[in-house]
Amino acid sequence: MTNQEILDNLPYSKPFHFVDEIVSISENGVEGTYFFDETLDFYKGHFKHNPVTPGVILTETMAQIGVVSLGIYLLNNKFSKNSVIALTSSEIEYLKPVYPNQKVKVISEKIYFRFNKLKCKVSMVNEASEEVCRGTIAGMIIS
Amino acid sequence: MNKIDQLKEIIKPYVPNRERLEHLTPETDFIKDLAINSANLVDIILDIEEQFEITIDNDGMEKMMDVKSALAIIDEELAKK
Repeated sequence: MTNQEILDNLPYSKPFHFVDEIVSISENGVEGTYFFDETLDFYKGHFKHNPVTPGVILTETMAQIGVVSLGIYLLNNKFSKNSVIALTSSEIEYLKPVYPNQKVKVISEKIYFRFNKLKCKVSMVNEASEEVCRGTIAGMIIS
Repeated sequence: MNKIDQLKEIIKPYVPNRERLEHLTPETDFIKDLAINSANLVDIILDIEEQFEITIDNDGMEKMMDVKSALAIIDEELAKK
């Protein structure tokens, strides 16, 4: 499966699509990027006069690149438009803020993929290669 | 430690209600009685594999709904070794 096919298979669209590019992917992990454009809607409210990317959005970005993209690759064409997926757990530490117009890279290592559950160790770094958040995220394909 | 106590130790971290765990019987259903979520059931199975040094396949996973069936699958896999 090519990187472009994975992007095409992602079940997200605006305003909740947080994957730009898959840099590399294998059975054991994935690396991908996303650019937080300053026009994204949530910056209007988080915070009112001081836009910072919300932690939940950083978590979502790590899940979309680090778990869902890898899951699509591992399922290898068994993932379709009708597939139902769910986030099942996340435990994340937030280390540095991510501001509008910053590009981040997500690096994910598979812990296991068994019985339709994918659990990964995920890290996000900024353009200065500083780690901005890290933790573990798991998701399942339900049908 | 007998197998049911070993199993109790394995599932302990995933059970929100400790009181129910105290009254574990062979009939106890992981999801209905212990309120374990299905994603954590996967972690329990991986912990069982590690502790008993066995491998559980998809059929085993699907059968593993209660204490009784979990013990049966553990015995079945141990017998194969």
